Amino acid sequence: MLDLLSYGATGWGDELLQGAGMTLLVAVLAYLIGLGAGCLTAAAKLSGPLPLRWLAATYTTVVRGVPALLVIWLLFYGGSGLVGWMAGLFGYGGRVELSAFAVGVASVGLVSGAYAAEVIRGAVQAVPKGQLEAARALGMHRLLILRRILAPQALRYALPGLGNVWQMTLKDTTLVSVVSLAELMRQAYVASGTTRQPFLFYLVAALIYLVITTLSETGFRALSRRADRGVRRATA
Amino acid sequence: MNLSAAAAKSVPAVQVEGLHKRFGENEVLKGVSLSAAQGEVVALIGSSGSGKSTLLRCINLLETPDDGRVLIQGEEIAMKKDRAGRAQPADSRQVDRIRQRCGMVFQSFNLWTHMTVLENIIEAPVHVLGRNREEAVARAEGLLAKVGLSAKRDAYPSQMSGGQQQRAAIARMLAMDPQVMLFDEPTSALDPELVGEVLKVMRDLADEGATMLLVTHEMAFAREVSHKVVFLHQGRIEEQGTPDELFGNPQSERCRQFLMREGGR
Repeated sequence: MLDLLSYGATGWGDELLQGAGMTLLVAVLAYLIGLGAGCLTAAAKLSGPLPLRWLAATYTTVVRGVPALLVIWLLFYGGSGLVGWMAGLFGYGGRVELSAFAVGVASVGLVSGAYAAEVIRGAVQAVPKGQLEAARALGMHRLLILRRILAPQALRYALPGLGNVWQMTLKDTTLVSVVSLAELMRQAYVASGTTRQPFLFYLVAALIYLVITTLSETGFRALSRRADRGVRRATA
Repeated sequence: MNLSAAAAKSVPAVQVEGLHKRFGENEVLKGVSLSAAQGEVVALIGSSGSGKSTLLRCINLLETPDDGRVLIQGEEIAMKKDRAGRAQPADSRQVDRIRQRCGMVFQSFNLWTHMTVLENIIEAPVHVLGRNREEAVARAEGLLAKVGLSAKRDAYPSQMSGGQQQRAAIARMLAMDPQVMLFDEPTSALDPELVGEVLKVMRDLADEGATMLLVTHEMAFAREVSHKVVFLHQGRIEEQGTPDELFGNPQSERCRQFLMREGGR
């Protein structure tokens, strides 16, 4: 039975590994998009002008309140319609279909960003006011304070939450299989359908996800240790 | 002394005119005017809520005064009204520049917790004044020796006592070569046995001729080091004078009562 997992034409090992690679690619890109969107959204919520604040609140409320699967469907069909309509403006009349990859990355990133925004906002608010006042009192300007004081200190509070968002983002990529993107979940589904060995393939897929999450948890712990310098040492 | 030096000497290091500040319904400063000459040590005393800390924080614009003027060495901080009619600094770069000349020491120290003591001290000289790192480190080491913390150079704030943290915070302020030093209740958060070490550093600064504005509850210290004592009550200056005048023969009833209460502690 294990030859089903072998590499090559008869086994599914290569397909599963490619799927795992695709899963990682979608997850990493979506996470990066999410971090960017999360930072901007948190900034808008904390100190943006009223319309931006309102927009940010709508974004996080809607995207966190709707199942991620629906976000993917909406973006897949709605996105095609939108791009098709825009193409029409430039005189292109054909049917436009967005790539499953682009939709996958965009929608998982959108969901990731909504959660990251809340984590980042909370972390920024957790930085004691006095830390920033000391910087202002020395004549540091806003961007310098952001870079040298606020960001490193907020990161300390944000990292545990951002680690959770990463795990969630990784697992949300499984949902992109509904638009036939050949990521790990999709490959396991195809393999189990073809070979009639669903338990084997889903078990292997689960193990691969577990390996990825375990490794990344170790990575986040190392980052946390570094960000906590000066705080943990005293208690150690 | 030539003429321009004499003129420079006559310009107050800090001058505040008609300062008003309200937090919501609560008017904390109701028109305060005050000046500190170059090299003068001014102690601000009064019960909590009298507005003394707010007054100090208005001088370097950590609080934005609603009305009135603040001049540092004759340079007035330009203010404007925003669309909602609230006063705002007109030029944030001017405020940053003024803050570089006005050091501040806080009740809660506010050393940056993610940096060592040395990193705390060189941060602003390197990133605000653009000094080169070696120079800043050499100067920081000199300042650490001055406040008696050479051994704590690479310690994080969380590894130090309150008194050590406050002395390090004073060194961080001194690294900017401030023309004016603002002390906001620098010993109020300290255990009693640690107060002395911080006061000693401040006394040395006063002896060196630093211009200091000091909000404090340490009456004996205020009497000993200051040239002028200002008593605030409910957002107004109730009485001011030399330490001997104010402590020895207070004119107002409120000041007398306040000093009796403080003396009894």
